[in-house]
Amino acid sequence: MAKIATREAYGEALAELGEEMKDIVVLDADLSKSTKTSVFAKKFPERFFNLGIAEQNLMGTAAGLATCGKIPFASTFAVFACGRAFEQIRNSICYPNLNVKIAATHAGITVGEDGATHQSIEDMALMRSLPNMTVISPVDAVETKKAVRAAAMLKGPVYLRLGRHPVETIFDDNYEFEVGKGVVLRDGKDVALIATGTMVGESLRAAEVLAKEGIDAMVVNIHTIKPIDEEAILKAAECGAVITAEEHSIIGGLGSAVAEVLIEKKPVLIKRIGIRDVFGMSGKPEELMKAYGITAEDIVNAAKSLLSID
Amino acid sequence: MLKKEELVYLQEMAKKIRCHIIEMTAVAGSGHPGGSLSCTDILVALYFREMRIDPHNPVWEDRDRFVLSKGHAAPALYAVLAEKGYFPIEELKTLRKTGSMLQGHPDMKKTPGVDMTTGSLGQGLSAANGMAIAGKLDGKDYRVYVLLGDGELEEGQVWEAAMAAAHYKLDNLTAFVDHNGLQIDGPITDVMSPEIIEEKFKAFGWHVIDINGHDFEEIINAIEQAKKMKGKPTVIVANTVKGKGVPYMENEVDWHGKAPTQEQAQEALKALRG
Repeated sequence: MAKIATREAYGEALAELGEEMKDIVVLDADLSKSTKTSVFAKKFPERFFNLGIAEQNLMGTAAGLATCGKIPFASTFAVFACGRAFEQIRNSICYPNLNVKIAATHAGITVGEDGATHQSIEDMALMRSLPNMTVISPVDAVETKKAVRAAAMLKGPVYLRLGRHPVETIFDDNYEFEVGKGVVLRDGKDVALIATGTMVGESLRAAEVLAKEGIDAMVVNIHTIKPIDEEAILKAAECGAVITAEEHSIIGGLGSAVAEVLIEKKPVLIKRIGIRDVFGMSGKPEELMKAYGITAEDIVNAAKSLLSID
Repeated sequence: MLKKEELVYLQEMAKKIRCHIIEMTAVAGSGHPGGSLSCTDILVALYFREMRIDPHNPVWEDRDRFVLSKGHAAPALYAVLAEKGYFPIEELKTLRKTGSMLQGHPDMKKTPGVDMTTGSLGQGLSAANGMAIAGKLDGKDYRVYVLLGDGELEEGQVWEAAMAAAHYKLDNLTAFVDHNGLQIDGPITDVMSPEIIEEKFKAFGWHVIDINGHDFEEIINAIEQAKKMKGKPTVIVANTVKGKGVPYMENEVDWHGKAPTQEQAQEALKALRG
């Protein structure tokens, strides 16, 4: 399968949706070529607004547009969207529950060579803490397209977490996507691998390796971090052991969200795969994933240690 | 030119609003009377003379919009909305109380007539820009008004938004700066001077009008002038007195965020009613 970055799929999805939904307007902060909103801009120049390098105003303007019935998609890199403009998202968008879609690209360490300043590893934690916010972290190009459409249809603020680096396309067009509904990609009974975004592919690979060693791993794609699919997580926890995997800090993201559900309703053994409370660095995406311990191999090792096999 | 009876009507309304501000904050036991009193005349001119609004249909698509970027002046806005008929005047007594529709800072989801949730300084102009852009996209002729504090101009986001408003030629947008010269920690020129305000906006590509913010004739003339301006947004720098109308509050920085006691309120009301 061809590798496509989720940001590429986002750009295409926006341009398609723009045709159907005339209320969609797109805002960017001087990164339209990187976030791929440029595809929409080319097709609908009158509905595209570049706000320049000014993320606070980007979010505030989107909020104002939403009060007048527009469906604004505001894009920039995840670090700047969620970090620089956090309080604008909080007070001007989430508190009044305005219909703004924040589609942030370049999430996680697979940004690569640009290094730590540009690698967002805390965006899900920040966005998840805001009332009214829906947080979606798609796996591949197919899921991204469906998620963009779902976000546009959903009333209220949505955070879409997108990546820079091309990733394998796992799903085909028949794949069914529903906000807030986890997807079991592989059944298993020994350990549940609950993953989001780029780590879903790694988890599927890990499950294959584990299978060869006689460990039957379940793989669940939690594309919606909030509202989290408690039912899917509780079902997965019936395995008795859970590994969470995300290209994000282990503080506040998927791992935390899953642990919150399980600690209250079904305590089981958990291991969290993610960035372990450190900043990223420059390097090739694949090398960085190894360096920060978020590859299929790391998931395999975590599973074995959780099941006390090593 | 305002007719004599129009002027008297606006002046009487302003007096009423100022009395509400005193009564509301006294009952609430907290709030921001100083900056509410300084912007009262601007709000009265907008709501009781200029703006195309319908209190029976607060979400009317073609209405003029108002964003109170200096959201702490909420008592002034609430009093104006109540007098305009958006909700019963009785509600004003519930300001800042648990369960009230009148939050400490404006909440568009709780209070009919509030067009944008504000309170965190620096964010209102961006929202107003978004409303103005939407108006242009939809070919609507509504106008967008936004009121900023002078201390608020210390927020960087204001200038991001100022740049964008001029860039997108938002001539359907009029901003007011309530230039009362004081902020919580003291005179704005001591804390962090945003001066010279007029020249800054001019440099950002705005049409600038300087007025006495307590003179209805000047306020209304400036609004009319802004309506005629094509191709650029207008800012009306309204020179005002913090605590205007209440002698012991006027130009006293301590009355930024402190409510009067019942006794002080009585004294204030006496002065206001003359």
